[in-house]
Amino acid sequence: MRPVRTSVVTAAAAVAALTAVTGCADKSDAKAGGADGSVQVTATDSSCKLSKTEFPAGHVKFDIENKGSKVTEVYLLFPDDRIVAERENIGPGLKQQLTAEVKAGSYEVACKPGMKGDGIRQKVTVTGGTAAKRNPQLDTAVAEYRKYAQEQADETLPKVKVFTDAVRAGDVEAAKKAFAPSRLGWERTEPVAESFGDIDPKTDTREDGLEKGQKWTGWHRLEKSLWVDGKIGDDEKNLATELDKDLTDWQKRVGTAEITPTSMANGAKELLDEVATGKITGEEDRYSHTDLSDFKGNVEGAQKAYELLKPVASKNDAALTTELDKQFAALDTLLDKYRTDKTSYDFTSYDKVGEGDRKQLSDTVNALAEPLSKLAAAVAK
Amino acid sequence: MSDATTEAAGTGRPPSRRALLGWGGAGLALGAAAAGGTVAVVKSGGSDAVPAADTGAAVPFHGEHQAGIATAVQDRLHFASFDVTTKDRAELVQLLKDWTVAAAAMTEGKTVGEGAYGGLAEAPPDDTGEALGLKPCRLTLTFGVGPSLFAKDRFGLDGKRPEALVDIEQFPGDNLEPARSGGDLCVQACADDPQVAVHAIRNLARIGMGKVAIRWSQLGFGKTSSTTPDAQTPRNMMGFKDGTRNVSGTDTKALDDHVWVGAKDGSDWMTGGSYLVARRIRMHIETWDRTSLQEQEDVFGRDKGEGAPVGKAKERDEPFLKAMKPTAHVRLAHPDSNDGARILRRGYSFTDGTDGLGRLDAGLFFLAYQRDVRKGFLPVQRALARHDALNEYIQHVGSAIFAVPPGVRDKDDWWGRGLFG
Repeated sequence: MRPVRTSVVTAAAAVAALTAVTGCADKSDAKAGGADGSVQVTATDSSCKLSKTEFPAGHVKFDIENKGSKVTEVYLLFPDDRIVAERENIGPGLKQQLTAEVKAGSYEVACKPGMKGDGIRQKVTVTGGTAAKRNPQLDTAVAEYRKYAQEQADETLPKVKVFTDAVRAGDVEAAKKAFAPSRLGWERTEPVAESFGDIDPKTDTREDGLEKGQKWTGWHRLEKSLWVDGKIGDDEKNLATELDKDLTDWQKRVGTAEITPTSMANGAKELLDEVATGKITGEEDRYSHTDLSDFKGNVEGAQKAYELLKPVASKNDAALTTELDKQFAALDTLLDKYRTDKTSYDFTSYDKVGEGDRKQLSDTVNALAEPLSKLAAAVAK
Repeated sequence: MSDATTEAAGTGRPPSRRALLGWGGAGLALGAAAAGGTVAVVKSGGSDAVPAADTGAAVPFHGEHQAGIATAVQDRLHFASFDVTTKDRAELVQLLKDWTVAAAAMTEGKTVGEGAYGGLAEAPPDDTGEALGLKPCRLTLTFGVGPSLFAKDRFGLDGKRPEALVDIEQFPGDNLEPARSGGDLCVQACADDPQVAVHAIRNLARIGMGKVAIRWSQLGFGKTSSTTPDAQTPRNMMGFKDGTRNVSGTDTKALDDHVWVGAKDGSDWMTGGSYLVARRIRMHIETWDRTSLQEQEDVFGRDKGEGAPVGKAKERDEPFLKAMKPTAHVRLAHPDSNDGARILRRGYSFTDGTDGLGRLDAGLFFLAYQRDVRKGFLPVQRALARHDALNEYIQHVGSAIFAVPPGVRDKDDWWGRGLFG
């Protein structure tokens, strides 16, 4: 379940074309009729009515009224579900405003009574200028992938809390056990997290990746304390709390990540690159040797992105998707050798994996990553 | 010191492989073979080293024999051994066809696939690009198959393994590393520019991902034998001329007698091909360097300056074997000591930096082509392994054997067609 996203979407920052601006209710003396060009949104527990579904590009203002009995929220979304702007926590009977700068194109407005689910959708068209051409099949792929990334973040936070609670309780053994599971969802969707730029350095930096003067925080700092020092002090307890905070930030921002079909495909390849450069060598989890769990997470995330893009890619390059199906299966089969059963994420400790086996893993990753590097082109065609 | 063996002229201890190595031995005469129809640039003006005028030229890829055997030896090597990872015969065959197309293009100085730039922005370029702007540099790509490819239950080739493709025995003194030995397939890339050779192997490896994986590879920087007899004989890492008596690349008779597999030798698909033995021979450089000049010359059976056999004045004077010590390298490796066995040596010096003890990780990457290993490398190496004085200063750490099929005839032909077709 997706926890309530508080407040305003933070920085739609990198958002390419548009800038989202949230307005405060008192910002305008909105004439309720929309005489100033604003769009009236009437939300109930079962409907989401708009006064118009077509309006010109530029500054757009939504006057929202919740006539239902549940707390609701209203989103303006791209066709691939990326958030343009949102307004949350609109109580029954309340009025709120939402404003955004939008370019021409297709969008959707979603009302979410009870603040959950996909919401009640209305298609809207912004006119003027040239709207970018969109492929509905790819928009669906991106929307599904965003949903996946959000689910991964939502499911990860409680697992992280198990880990950080153990650290705060000073329980070294419990913390060790919770370490690898706390990373899985992150590893599956790492390119999304990395796209924010400022989160990954705080949560997932390795000791050798520190810049001069940079304070070492995050998973690997705690990993070292647990496995090398074998003890937990006040510093570690504070760092655990910081990790919760930084990952909560990640969870909140997934919806704003700029994701495109191409970036999904390249993200899948990057996940394999992560494996090839960090996990195969045992550098990633050098103290805990839980590399294979991260490895599996990376592969699963890559596979998810691939499966979502496959309907389009297979039309453009059937030979490629046949090869990718085969190589994903081969890598899955090989990884299964390193866990006791196919549902467990308890993998062989990587320091017990010999040179010959590491080479086999490396060759199998290369066999998949090389064709995977061609997926973006097959999607972009 | 870490030298392994001591015992000088002894009798036997660690063998070395010198013989084949090109030293100046009379032994292995190397000559280059001119390949039957292959060589393009046969020679250049006298000075051996790089035939300057021809350094940028292209060596024809198609011909009766594969290029890179009798071809005048280029300056640089990148040799790669591959494991076949696919179990699908059709997929392997398709790869060999794809490889052949890419190899032919690269030997002409062209890029592979759609090139290194200008394609789809979203896709990585087909060609890796580091050879852009470089000439063909006499690039040759020579393909071979190892004994393991013929194993039962792999590709249905067990009935096609030539008898001459033996499993090389363990010689006394060998210290072979599995990770530097063997392989299902090999590609020898030779060129006058190292970047051209490395580019070729890198791109073939990339094309092969998912079907084959590099098992090991070796870079070589200085040819140790020439197949052009009137050129100056190169020196090896021990400072001695290496390969004085090689089979000449233009000596058609010697090539037919000793290098090319004949129609009646069994295994029709190998007619016009050859058998390649590759050995990574580490030299104990530091101990060699503190060995007296007299001992160095005794070990080889030639003098260091001119390269003349013991008691003779000139490098190419006919050696008088009995004047040499019984354990002298040249004496042991000479055809007269081995029932006339001759092989075509095409080895390169290598230096892979230093090892963890600060010692130069250097030596000879020995490559020898012959019509039948059982009458070429094996008897010579048996003699050397047992008696060669040089064994004190060298150690064999890698070994592989490959059947090198005949040449790719034209653009419809492909590497391994005779075997898989």
